[in-house]
Amino acid sequence: MGRYIVRRILWLIPVFLFISIVTFALVHAVPGGPFDREKPLPAEIRANLNRHYGIDQPLWKQYTDYIGVTRNPQGEFSGVLQWDFGPSYASRSRTVNDIFRDHLPVSLKLGLVAMSIAVGMGVPLGVVAALKQNTVWDYASMTVAIFGVSVPSVVLGPLLILIFALTLGWFPVAGWGRLKQMIMPAIALGLGSSAIIARLTRASMLQVTREDYIRTAHAKGLSEKIVIVRHALKNALIPVVTVLAPMFASIVTGSFVVEQIFAIPGMGKYFITSISNRDYPVVMGTVLMYALFLTVSTLVVDIIYAFLDPRIHYD
Amino acid sequence: MSRQKRAARRLSTGTDRESQHRVTNLWQDAFERLLRNRAAVIGGILVLLLIFLAIFANVIAPYHYARGDSDENYMVPLWLTKVMPGNMENYATIGNKFSLGADYLGRDLLSRIIYGARVSLPVGFIGATTALVIGLVYGCISGYYGGKVDDIMMRIVEIVYAFPTMLLIILLMAFFKTTFGGAPEPGTASYTFNKINDAIDGLFGLQGGGIFFIFMGIGITAWMGTARLARGQILSLKEKEFIEASRMIGASDLRIIVRHVLPNIIGPILVSVTLDIPGYINTEVFLSFIGLGVDPPTPSWGSMISDGAKAIRSYPNQVLFPAIILSLTMFAFNFLGDGLRDALDPRMRGTQ
Repeated sequence: MGRYIVRRILWLIPVFLFISIVTFALVHAVPGGPFDREKPLPAEIRANLNRHYGIDQPLWKQYTDYIGVTRNPQGEFSGVLQWDFGPSYASRSRTVNDIFRDHLPVSLKLGLVAMSIAVGMGVPLGVVAALKQNTVWDYASMTVAIFGVSVPSVVLGPLLILIFALTLGWFPVAGWGRLKQMIMPAIALGLGSSAIIARLTRASMLQVTREDYIRTAHAKGLSEKIVIVRHALKNALIPVVTVLAPMFASIVTGSFVVEQIFAIPGMGKYFITSISNRDYPVVMGTVLMYALFLTVSTLVVDIIYAFLDPRIHYD
Repeated sequence: MSRQKRAARRLSTGTDRESQHRVTNLWQDAFERLLRNRAAVIGGILVLLLIFLAIFANVIAPYHYARGDSDENYMVPLWLTKVMPGNMENYATIGNKFSLGADYLGRDLLSRIIYGARVSLPVGFIGATTALVIGLVYGCISGYYGGKVDDIMMRIVEIVYAFPTMLLIILLMAFFKTTFGGAPEPGTASYTFNKINDAIDGLFGLQGGGIFFIFMGIGITAWMGTARLARGQILSLKEKEFIEASRMIGASDLRIIVRHVLPNIIGPILVSVTLDIPGYINTEVFLSFIGLGVDPPTPSWGSMISDGAKAIRSYPNQVLFPAIILSLTMFAFNFLGDGLRDALDPRMRGTQ
């Protein structure tokens, strides 16, 4: 087990290397420099700017500067490793770090609420469906699940606005700050994942309740509630852990559109704006940071899984 | 007729049916099971309808997707003002020229939705095809030859797989858009790509749409899941006796793979590829929504939803109709995929 964890952590090194090189290469292969304007800058100013930002350096040097393993033109080690994502080209007064600081907490909050909705709705739905297999309850919750899988957040967001904001007037159409404004975007973001969790919980619950140890638990006279919660659910939820990593990914990418639809000033909305502004340091920084976050969370989920399921042996 | 005779008759027809059953192969069986699954049949019919819509878009759509008139922007038919929330009739230009209304440039929504099927469906099918072809070839080579080859090939997949798919596609699309866009010099790689793109856009009747780049973005990332699945299937298969036997009688590797391995693993792989189609369609919608998908004025359900969401307070029809057709498409493929899985592997019924 120890060896497995060490190996998985070491494996992150080539993965990070690959992700950062691909990101850097794709972003830098784009033609046109950051200081191309309709009215060209005087050559001397351009050269100064290029020197200041290190753009006159060879590409590999720019990469190592960006990562933070070589000294940048200012003579400092200041890169991703030092948690410095460089300057933004679009808003000259802010660095990418400033932008992260302003917008990330909003996305984080939205993501956490969406995740709670995904788990809080998905698990109970799946359990009910499994315990009342082939009844109305089962069909109803599986219909909800199919709905959740088939209706992407791009559709669900506007749909929720149409029904609950414009027709019923229960929630504000858009905006951010109040609790009421948080509910619809979080549902739009989390429902898809909750559907996947519900389907998996149901399948896993159905399998577990047929195991011998459940019959044993019943036979020794435990109450139905204890059998379900302590014996069945505890084991049924182990496979559900595996979908957490893809769930993070879908919530991160989903936030790009949901924040746009609900006018939420999060990182996702800013990221979309940066793409259309061609503000590549922000694009690069966001992709790198989210990619790192997602790979690390995949690793954490895998390790948790290894702990939870002692039947699985890792060499 | 005596009782014995009737019994004998029943027996004989029974055995008849049984012998008939024996000659049907796995695929016919699966097809029959698929036909008995009502949700899958509905999904299948919907998919066929959508394909029909996409192929004959130029005949079915009342207008060309790019035809617009600034006098008619946001024009709304009378029936919509009665069913939509808000009080459209107070401010909207009312006219029954367009059955679902017109968008902000006065383009017919219905026509654009119909043409949008020419983007979404090909994206789904091309994604599935690349996943199937590249993934299968890669996975087969890796799994069949094993050893060092397998090690290296699977390490590569593992590293690329660790890159969150959507982020990689976003980067690729940003790269394609800026590098291959515009009018590059003849003789360069960008020029060639541009020509291929133009040809493909022309094939779908969507000039200047840039669909090829979406195909590339999705294709580059789609095959890895299939490759891993195919490899896993082959690993469990290649130690079986019948593979051994056919190697013994001197069959070539290619023959063994094509004749003995593939038919045995294709079922689960087809199911997984079909179940991924809604994902590819969703990816394109997502890309077009954030402005990295098809180029205007080519209609995509994603860009229509994006445009419509901006006007959701005043003109909810702009976002509602593309959203409905997109969800219907997703339902159809999900139902079909689920049905296919149940049909090809009855033991899996009702599980993930």
